Amino acid sequence: MPSISRDEVAHLARLARLAVTEAELDLFAGQLDQIVQAVAQVGQVADQDIPPTSHAVPLTNVFRRDLVRPGLTQQQALAAAPAAEDGRFRVPRILGEEA
Amino acid sequence: MSATVELMDYDEVLERFDPVLGLEVHVELNTHTKMFCGCPTGFGAEPNTQVCPVCLGLPGALPVVNEIAVASAIRIGLALNCEIATWCRFARKNYFYPDMPKNFQTSQYDEPIAFNGWLDVTLDDGEVVRVQIERAHMEEDTGKSLHVGGATGRIHGAEHSLLDYNRAGVPLIEIVTKTIEGTGARAPEVARAYVATLRDLLKALDVSDVRMDQGSLRCDANVSLMAKDATEFGTRTETKNVNSLRSVERAVRHEMTRQAAILVDGGSILQETRHFEEAGGTTRAGRRKETSEDYRYFPEPDLVPIAPTREWVEELRATLPEMPEQRRKRIQAEWSLTDLELRDLINAGAVDLIAATVDAGATPAEARSWWVSYLSQSANSRGVELADLPITPAQVAAVISLIADGSLTNKLAREVVDGVLAGEGEPDEVVEKRGLKVVSDDSALYAAVDEALASQPDVAEKIREGKVAAAGAIVGAVMKATKGQADAKRVRELILERCGA
Ligand SMILES: [Zn+2]
Repeated sequence: MPSISRDEVAHLARLARLAVTEAELDLFAGQLDQIVQAVAQVGQVADQDIPPTSHAVPLTNVFRRDLVRPGLTQQQALAAAPAAEDGRFRVPRILGEEA
Repeated sequence: MSATVELMDYDEVLERFDPVLGLEVHVELNTHTKMFCGCPTGFGAEPNTQVCPVCLGLPGALPVVNEIAVASAIRIGLALNCEIATWCRFARKNYFYPDMPKNFQTSQYDEPIAFNGWLDVTLDDGEVVRVQIERAHMEEDTGKSLHVGGATGRIHGAEHSLLDYNRAGVPLIEIVTKTIEGTGARAPEVARAYVATLRDLLKALDVSDVRMDQGSLRCDANVSLMAKDATEFGTRTETKNVNSLRSVERAVRHEMTRQAAILVDGGSILQETRHFEEAGGTTRAGRRKETSEDYRYFPEPDLVPIAPTREWVEELRATLPEMPEQRRKRIQAEWSLTDLELRDLINAGAVDLIAATVDAGATPAEARSWWVSYLSQSANSRGVELADLPITPAQVAAVISLIADGSLTNKLAREVVDGVLAGEGEPDEVVEKRGLKVVSDDSALYAAVDEALASQPDVAEKIREGKVAAAGAIVGAVMKATKGQADAKRVRELILERCGA
């Protein structure tokens, strides 16, 4: 029973801004399906009383004091930017929505 | 998109539909540093000077949670009568937009730090509406974009955009209500009053500047309409970033009239984000709303879970200040105010000022009298809010105490206040500089009294004969000679003493 459709792969590719060809859509749909089924097997051995694990380290409450630490200068911040203007990162026009 | 929008008459909307609201308020915390890095959070700095590898999303940078931000989130949750999670995580909300350099926002998804609360909201006429709170969760703010090349600085027609990431990563708490139903015609007013009440609460907690004009408090209003005979909610729109209390009310009202016109015309409402247009009080279509699946939330691997101990939660509960609503009730009782008087003081923005003046030693009656009469007039004539007058409650209390100990008459006190407002310094300094002290030195007064008696011997004679009422003329002469700085009552006593009456 395939759980990942071709359309879902196309949708995910769009969300991830990946250029995926028509042929790849079929390929990835099959591969992703296998991956999902493999991962789903975990659910068969993990019982209700076992919480899903997101972190490998048994830590909680790792906090930082609210103290200012020096960061980057404007020049350093913009150094790797493809384009900058007036101390700001310059990006191509944003389509679709007003921020 | 710019076609004329049909609106339905408001009364007709209410005959046919019930409005359903959901309000999302984002509040920027006033911590010194950002949510996940040590960059400062001050408003108005030069662009990209409050940034570091973490908030710029540079490769290899690792976030660490700001403890005070978590404490503030818990305090907000407690003040909103929420349960506090015993264990919760951050999650990545994935989307591509230049205002978020990491390409994801670190937020919370299905495990908010606070949930299931409520906030009582008092409307103008005293009616109380209990708004249920769904959740309050922690996240980070985005950067600010500037659109260049468009006629109005808007995105439409812009050739490119400029990004400043000083705000990216500033701690943000998103407070989400459950659906608010059954408010009918008062829905817009309930929306405004809720945001106002929440603002006062956050201010009392001292967790944020709550400046809507600077964006440290922002409201998104979800509005839908339910036909009178319907059993399910209608499709909602979300109007974003409504930047004043008045705009919250206008935005809700506008959406109600806009959606109703579409629905009776057989149309359907698109689930979309809309933008509030301050100038016309209207809303404009934005993007179609993504479904939450599209954000592909997953637990943030770089941050370990947060598990507030119950001891910590109780410690934080103990730091909660008196809530604004309780405070108002207490003040009303202590100052013996009617509901109307209290509401007038609230509307005039005078309650905090009077309370601070009382705390500085003045009696409630005197403090209230100064703020609602002379100082209100001064604020009016300057065209500023009462709180923005350049005089502090402590200074007002000082003036009041100078009246109480006889150093100033009411008339002189007003001059002292004028001096403080004019920037001449503390009340004592103004008294000194302007020479406003009541002449209380009896020897100076005796001289003035003797002189006045000598210049009006016929009046002096009458007083000696026991016609005490005649003393008024001498009092007047002495007051004139001392330029009004004598205590008239004391002058009268001295005159009678001199005349042996
Ligand atoms: Zn930073």
